[in-house]
Amino acid sequence: MSTPRPRPIGLLTATLALLRKDLLIEWRTRARLNAIIFFALATLLMFSFALGPDTKLLEKNAGGYFWLAILFASVLALGESFRVESENACMDGIRLAPADARAIFLSKALGNTLLLTALGALLVPVMVALYGVQIVTGAVDLGLILVLGSLALSAPGTVYAAISSNARARDVLLPLLLFPLVIPALLSAAKATTLVLQGDPMNQFGSWVGLLGGFNLIYWGVGFLLFPRIIED
Amino acid sequence: MLPLSATPALALNDVSKRYGRRWALARLTYALPAGRSLLLTGHNGSGKTTLLRLLATALSPTAGRVEVLGRDAVVERDAVRRDVALLSHASFLYEDLTAHQNLTVLARLLGLPSPEDAANAGLTRVGLGRRSDSPVRSFSAGMRKRLAIARLLLKAPALALLDEPFGELDPAGIRDMEGIIAELKASGVTVILATHLIEQGLTLCEERLHLQEGRAVSA
Amino acid sequence: MGKFIKWGLPALSLVVLAAGWWLGLAWAPPDREMGDVQRIMYVHVPLQWMAMVAMAINFVAAVTYLMKASWKLDAAAEASAEIGLVLGTAGMITGAIWGRPTWGVYWSWDPRLTSEAIMLVTYTGYLVLRRFVEDPDKRATWSAVVAIIGAINLPIVWFSVRWWRSLHQVQSTPKTVDPEMTLALRVSAFGMLFLTLWFLVQRYRQALAERQAEVALPDALPPDLAAAGGANSTRVA
Repeated sequence: MSTPRPRPIGLLTATLALLRKDLLIEWRTRARLNAIIFFALATLLMFSFALGPDTKLLEKNAGGYFWLAILFASVLALGESFRVESENACMDGIRLAPADARAIFLSKALGNTLLLTALGALLVPVMVALYGVQIVTGAVDLGLILVLGSLALSAPGTVYAAISSNARARDVLLPLLLFPLVIPALLSAAKATTLVLQGDPMNQFGSWVGLLGGFNLIYWGVGFLLFPRIIED
Repeated sequence: MLPLSATPALALNDVSKRYGRRWALARLTYALPAGRSLLLTGHNGSGKTTLLRLLATALSPTAGRVEVLGRDAVVERDAVRRDVALLSHASFLYEDLTAHQNLTVLARLLGLPSPEDAANAGLTRVGLGRRSDSPVRSFSAGMRKRLAIARLLLKAPALALLDEPFGELDPAGIRDMEGIIAELKASGVTVILATHLIEQGLTLCEERLHLQEGRAVSA
Repeated sequence: MGKFIKWGLPALSLVVLAAGWWLGLAWAPPDREMGDVQRIMYVHVPLQWMAMVAMAINFVAAVTYLMKASWKLDAAAEASAEIGLVLGTAGMITGAIWGRPTWGVYWSWDPRLTSEAIMLVTYTGYLVLRRFVEDPDKRATWSAVVAIIGAINLPIVWFSVRWWRSLHQVQSTPKTVDPEMTLALRVSAFGMLFLTLWFLVQRYRQALAERQAEVALPDALPPDLAAAGGANSTRVA
């Protein structure tokens, strides 16, 4: 019986195979995922306490708090995602299969996007309850921002997580590098979410979506191009 | 005596690799003819692991040219990776996945037609058929080694790079490993074996390369 | 050339800078609206410009490094990031000092100021990354990637903040076009340029020396042992 020889597979196939692997690992270590969710919930709660009982204020700024909670959670999620690869040098094992480094980037970034989107969806009812907001312009709008914002945090986050997982003080380095970078995305997502929650009389929602979209195009492109330089020697 | 036109299994031409200040490999020139297996010896830090990683294309040389199975390891990296498999100190295993899942992931990346079947066959071949659905985290050192071998065999490589394969194995495990290496050789795979167990190495390999501080010296 | 850089450049920069600042602080007329306080512009604006020059050098060095690796480019990237950070910080501080009596605030969220602040944080992150990666080759590659991504971010930030701010009342910086002021500003800028160049060269040399101490001299290979009598390869029959 002759053993089948390895064949080159396309970028998409590799990405899906790796994404499947990551989702499988996340499922099998759900406790970790739960911890991240609870952390995000706790963050929302902390904002309520730190910023006082003035419900009008909380309601007005809910969009911002929401995205801050997601941002903080993303740092944890990204760190975990790469910690899994450091153990037993799994990243080498994957890389040498061979697996296209760009497929590794896409799978990690997409996996993280899915996680953040799901997290965001879970946080929405909590936000509604805690801050007393309503979804004025529609759930579709909110869903769109959730997806675009998660994409925007995940692309550069994946690049920086790959770097920091190999450096000293990795837990500090990732947020230090990531936070200034995602300011435009954070700004847009928070603003757009606020419009969804407070109403959008001047129809500005589209512009913010556009800005988020542009940010995504640029950083997914840049990440796609530069990620191989980070993991290959 | 092999015909002179046969492509060497590997050819190193003035190869050097630096980590920071330290030259792990220094101006190494060496060629291994096709069909010959190589014993790589030397103290810890002599450059054995670096050399194996270089051949596996996990690293690229700081200077010089590395050719594996007739291909430049830097220029044709992906093609080389398809033909070469590395058994390293690190197991490349995801602790949270089962043995079967670990192999299936690799089988998919290799583009094998039926990944799950290939994984099953691989597990059976190394005697892990009954532990197929256990997470790797529950495995002993010997079982991890066997699973790592299964990963290597899944690739059906033309060149197998084994970095201290006998490490952490009990005598029975060592015998099993010797058997697997002999099988590999019998099926035409070029084997490069780095080990401190000189006796086993000399039995299994026809050629020997002894490294000291990144250079080839007589043993 | 070496002598010029060591002695001539700092001397030239001090002379030109002194001239520029005399022109600005003593000779040019006070601003019609803001009065003498506005004179800090002759310090603040050149600092900002030079910070941007340094950051541009960093970006070019980073991109070029990824195309062709060289320790000189890496040293240039490190030097320019550090000098740029120092100049930018000084620029921010002088800006705050100017802002307080003029507009009553140390800080405002206008696009330029915000982008500059984010730039400073970005390059601080860049320098911290460099500290925390030990392997020189990886340090050079990874910091080049971070530098490029960070630089691309700046126009995006500028545009986002401009849009964000346009929804609120925006305070714009008044422009003065007095020709005497322009002259004083230009001279000061040139003085700052020479001073910056001098800092850059000094820091670049230091970085390059550090690199060379860390790795064997660039392109130097260990001596061939064959000459010393050892076999270069060995085969066992």
